[in-house]
Amino acid sequence: MNVWLGARHANPSSLHASGRAARAAVEQARRQVADLLAARPEEVVFVGSGSEANNAVIAGLISGEASRRSAPPALVVASFEHPSVLAAAERAATQGAEVVRVPPRSDGRVAAADVEAELAGLRARGGAERSVLVALMLANNEIGTLQPVAEVAERCRRHRALLLCDAVQAVGKVPVDVAALGADFVVLGGHKFHGPLGSGALWIRSGIEIEPLLVGGSQERRRRAGTENVPAIVGLGVACALAAEELDDRADHLSRLRRRLERGLLASIEGCTLHCTDTPRLPNTTSVRFHGVRAQELLIRLDLAGFAVSTGSACSSGAVEASPTLLALGLSEEEALATLRISCGLPNTVDEVDALVAALGRESEALRRATARVAS
Amino acid sequence: MSRWNWNPAPTVDADHAAERPEGAAVSGVPAAARVAIAMSGGLDSSVVAALYAEQGRPAIGLSMLLWDAVQTPRNGRCCGALDLGDARVVAEQVGIPHYTLRLDEEFRQRVVDPFVRDYLEGRTPSPCVRCNTFVKFDLLLERAAALGAAKVATGHYARIVPGDGSRRGELELHRARDLSKDQSYFLFELDQQQLAAVEFPLGELTKTEVRALAARAGLVVAGKGESMEVCFVGSGVREFVEQQVRLRPELAASAAGEGAEPANEGAEVSTRDGRVLGRAEPYYRYTVGQRRGLGIAAPEPLYVLGVEPRANRVVVGGREDLLAEGLLGERLHWIGSDLEAATRDEVTVRIRSRHEGVAARVRPLGDGRVAVRFASPQSAVAPGQAAVFYRGSRVLGGCWIERAARGAELAAGAASWGVG
Repeated sequence: MNVWLGARHANPSSLHASGRAARAAVEQARRQVADLLAARPEEVVFVGSGSEANNAVIAGLISGEASRRSAPPALVVASFEHPSVLAAAERAATQGAEVVRVPPRSDGRVAAADVEAELAGLRARGGAERSVLVALMLANNEIGTLQPVAEVAERCRRHRALLLCDAVQAVGKVPVDVAALGADFVVLGGHKFHGPLGSGALWIRSGIEIEPLLVGGSQERRRRAGTENVPAIVGLGVACALAAEELDDRADHLSRLRRRLERGLLASIEGCTLHCTDTPRLPNTTSVRFHGVRAQELLIRLDLAGFAVSTGSACSSGAVEASPTLLALGLSEEEALATLRISCGLPNTVDEVDALVAALGRESEALRRATARVAS
Repeated sequence: MSRWNWNPAPTVDADHAAERPEGAAVSGVPAAARVAIAMSGGLDSSVVAALYAEQGRPAIGLSMLLWDAVQTPRNGRCCGALDLGDARVVAEQVGIPHYTLRLDEEFRQRVVDPFVRDYLEGRTPSPCVRCNTFVKFDLLLERAAALGAAKVATGHYARIVPGDGSRRGELELHRARDLSKDQSYFLFELDQQQLAAVEFPLGELTKTEVRALAARAGLVVAGKGESMEVCFVGSGVREFVEQQVRLRPELAASAAGEGAEPANEGAEVSTRDGRVLGRAEPYYRYTVGQRRGLGIAAPEPLYVLGVEPRANRVVVGGREDLLAEGLLGERLHWIGSDLEAATRDEVTVRIRSRHEGVAARVRPLGDGRVAVRFASPQSAVAPGQAAVFYRGSRVLGGCWIERAARGAELAAGAASWGVG
């Protein structure tokens, strides 16, 4: 992708030779993205991020439908969707849409039956004509649980609702086949699987049209105005091609690391609990609670020791609050604030996992001691 | 050696720190040597970070999210999310790890609610003292210790120096070298344990020097202005109080007393001898010593002498009526153990942060209560403000002003008072 930043810098809409070369590179990337999703290239729209794609679908649907139908459009969103979905839904609500949130059950999954119950209710209230969009992520970002998207898609078809599946966390880690998923929109972000930051794609099922979020240009078949970010697009294509090639090996490697991590935690650290291990999960994500410890303090101690882990949610200033996702699972606020998210990456090794387990034991113990000192 | 090498703390392990490879975590350094720098994103604490980084002291930056910036959007003040963003940038610039602790709920309970209650009960609050006593040098010290930091450094303008003579081993709190920036008044409630756990590296520097250091270090905040007002209050204190009461009516209920609501209509304005002059705004919009905003025409300027919440009354009078011979205080606090000296001889007392100070005698009454008699009458002794006792540059301690007092009250039943 670097050549597209320098020597081959060109606008793919230009008609000259270098413009044509850029166009060809973009279209090759489109095929690479489509191949990873088992989709058709013309269904792929390049965007700047997963957040943009989520916004585009929700805002586009609302602005396109609001004026046409008798009953206001409606949205059914999982309560632990990414903030870009939740905030776009909130905005839609201020514009007249009816918004319903469906919480996950304690296994970390949204139940298809719960979504269907809401769909039935919306139809009963608003009639058969109103447009309804359901948003359900493929894998939760904090706990890694895989959601029953295919099952929900089937219920959506039954109730003639469209389904937006934010697959940002899952693409590149587990197989994603848009036909098997049955969703109408699928969102991915490049940086989650070694692609460039600021790259993303929105897959839109053939035959579905939404009002574009950005207008004023014919790029991306008029579905997203603005000069293409050729380097990011090319990088995203390469990341997709590599992911398609290595998917099984990657999943094996990540699962092996995680198994070692989780066994190590349970064996060597007293007072820690793993979340949702009985639910199908992404191979790389572990959600673990350290009893009686503030996870943010543990995070800081680990950072100072050279390990990067996360807590639920952080605002732009870096402050931490109790994760709504964990609260939705039925954890108390204190338990949510005691929870760390650990993600293994492809470059990580078994030795690094062992070192992390040792560091977690050491630092969580030090924290418990410090807290006990203050309390006494 | 540059002149801002004020007082290298014994825990510094500069050699060790200097050895660590560029960009490496400070994990190799004994945790005991690590200093947590309280970073607000303002100029002063940013310069502290730059100084410590320059000296190679292992440090981390800690910011506190104290007040929800969405609720009160602000720019360029210590509570705003934007300022905390500056703290992150500065930490990155000087090469230390930075973290933000969310302490807004604790801040509300320990600082904001008492601030609102003070107004509703007719007092003039000192939120910065409370913030130092109960948040910065309490909660933050706790959290920093949990993170393995041996000490907390802040950008306060004050000095900590070792005691001498019989108080060897004790620490003293002193005014800053730059008296125009001195913040020792706001720190009078610190105790020995707290003083032992903090460092005020700017105490020996002038503001001009601090600005020069910021510029020399190329800090992004070098051109930043001062934050003078109460950090969590937006445009107006009164509007803030009303907004908080609307959000949490229970604040008002407890202030007005059992089952009562604080008066919302205009307060009665009267003289000390009960002559009613008219109506003004609700009582909590006034504080002792205030001159403006009464809206009453009088031949001489009128000042608020007292605020009476239950009666919804504001008592006013002339400038000379504001004078008091002393004060009665509560929650008396001494920083050192040599209290006798403090009560035997005259001290200097400052009855608000901008007060130049007056000679006074301090007589403890037991149970944390105290009588303070000024050498000459002082204007605008406001309940709710701190009265801080000094000897020279040293802060001996202080108390919270309950009310102004007449000479007779201060002498009553006190045979030893003022004698000898």
